[in-house]
Amino acid sequence: MRLMLKQPSVLPGFGLTLGFSVFYLSLIVLIPLSGLFVKTSTLSWDQFWDVITTPRAIASYQLTFGASMVGAIINGLFGSIIAWVLVRYRFPGQSLVDALVDLPFALPTAVAGITLAAIYSPNGWIGQYLDPLGIKVAFTPLGVLVALTFIGLPFVVRTVQPVLQDLDREVEEAATTLGANRWQTFRAVIVPELWPALLTGMAMAFARAVGEYGSVIFIAGNMPLKSEITPLLIMTKLDQYDYTGATALGVVMLVTSFVLALAINLLQWWSTARHMNQ
Amino acid sequence: MSIQVDHVTKRFGTFTVLNDVSLHVEEGELVALLGPSGCGKTTLLRILAGLERPDQGRIFLQGTEVTDQRISERRVGFVFQHYALFRHMTVADNVAFGLTVLPRTQRPSETRIQEKVRELLGLVQLQAMADRYPSQLSGGQRQRVALARALAVEPKLLLLDEPFGALDAKVRKELRRWLRRLHDELHITGILVTHDQEEALEVADRVVVMHQGNIEQIGTPDEVYENPANPFVYRFLGDVNVFHGRVSEEQIEQERSEGRSGGTSERAGEREVTFVRPHDLELSRSRTNDDQVEATVRTVLTAGSRVRVELMSQISGQAIEVELTKERYRELAVGEGEVVFVHPRHRRVFKMPPP
Repeated sequence: MRLMLKQPSVLPGFGLTLGFSVFYLSLIVLIPLSGLFVKTSTLSWDQFWDVITTPRAIASYQLTFGASMVGAIINGLFGSIIAWVLVRYRFPGQSLVDALVDLPFALPTAVAGITLAAIYSPNGWIGQYLDPLGIKVAFTPLGVLVALTFIGLPFVVRTVQPVLQDLDREVEEAATTLGANRWQTFRAVIVPELWPALLTGMAMAFARAVGEYGSVIFIAGNMPLKSEITPLLIMTKLDQYDYTGATALGVVMLVTSFVLALAINLLQWWSTARHMNQ
Repeated sequence: MSIQVDHVTKRFGTFTVLNDVSLHVEEGELVALLGPSGCGKTTLLRILAGLERPDQGRIFLQGTEVTDQRISERRVGFVFQHYALFRHMTVADNVAFGLTVLPRTQRPSETRIQEKVRELLGLVQLQAMADRYPSQLSGGQRQRVALARALAVEPKLLLLDEPFGALDAKVRKELRRWLRRLHDELHITGILVTHDQEEALEVADRVVVMHQGNIEQIGTPDEVYENPANPFVYRFLGDVNVFHGRVSEEQIEQERSEGRSGGTSERAGEREVTFVRPHDLELSRSRTNDDQVEATVRTVLTAGSRVRVELMSQISGQAIEVELTKERYRELAVGEGEVVFVHPRHRRVFKMPPP
């Protein structure tokens, strides 16, 4: 009996395209990543555990994942507002604002890092006003958060924007005729529609932030146990020719990111699947 | 709730959607706004709901002016063509929505809301669907949910924007009869927007025929159908044969002598156009009087309850459509290519400005 791997389809080329997809993904994603695991496996389990649980490593995980998460949440909130303004209102300079949103995408991360460090340092444009208030941004974990928020913004705006654009105005009008005020309409009608896209956008912003290096190192100050992110720690280990130590930390980041991404996907699936089954 | 629309004008840019429209609707009436797309009927409905603001003119509901009142204060139920259900909510939550957003002081208790939802779903015959999501329902069911949702807030006025427009013919027919029965039970003032003349004539107490932002005629379905005020209404309410000039010299002479078309004040260049419905044309095999047009049978369509005969006038070459009962068709037994004589039982003569 033939194994039925595919549904009969009128579209040709299933075998060819699937074959290519698997090959391409292996080449670009799977093989390099498995190299990471292979290299790490030269460590014994105990050695591995020791490398990844040093206080310095743990502090760096906390900063990397914590700041990325907080940054993603901040972007979720303000990115939605920006998407809302861009979709719902017409104002002069709109296309300029629209283009500005993409800037964190386009800017080399090192440039972003240097710029942020310059304006948030105690004598910088913004830093000089924050410093007397006792708020230090540059060279502290707060600076890391600023950088990670900066680079994640476009992801949220660009995923929420099209969904907001396609949102049926009649549904909002229906809510209004039923007596809902603006806030109730927003909360009960618009947010549930945006939620899946918002989750995707935040997940992407988070993933990007976890892997961010260039913009962070300039503003973070990179003090071990305080403002050092995991990617920098990996770099440090590489500089000391500790390749297996670097890949061990890489494995931790990879596994954690994967688990978080999976969790977000499941959450998203759960929030859409309920009412989308035709 | 009685409605008074007082000289309302609405423009979108330079385009005038409603041109000085006035209308009065009695309490408990079901009125149809009928017209081709772009005639302004939906805009008028949206102005009544408060979804649009008129540029000029005023709206009175129950005698009080509401032109500047917020939508939520008008207590108006609105049903959209494409249902506009909340797709992330169950049917029951959709229906309950209007009650759950009430301020805490006016909001009924949770059990009372559930009771009310059950009641309304019973009214629209969808009790079994309470826990489904809109995507799991058919179009007709979705529109009934939308109606139940609109009724939940006990509106004094129900506005329906082409509610059956997106449904197939059979469901549409069922639903409009059901809507009429519902209206007779609830005695709620209703305004129905439609471009389907059959729907308007069947459901409404009165029909408002609109065209290019103006009201062309207001009347009961019988009035507008039997006595169209102008050529537009005549054409819009059903199939029609249009005879430019005259059906025959004699016939016009006859009408003149009866004074029906008031021919004495005729201005130079004004044309007279005769309108006859296909079922008001009588066929005979031989010439029986002078008021007849000789024509050749081109096609005969016997499908359905009536027979449609397409003729070609031998004088002008114009196509004429005639509708006969099956019995009459059998009596006549005309076939394609044969010559018959056409005689109008009823006709309307309108004066048209010079082309």
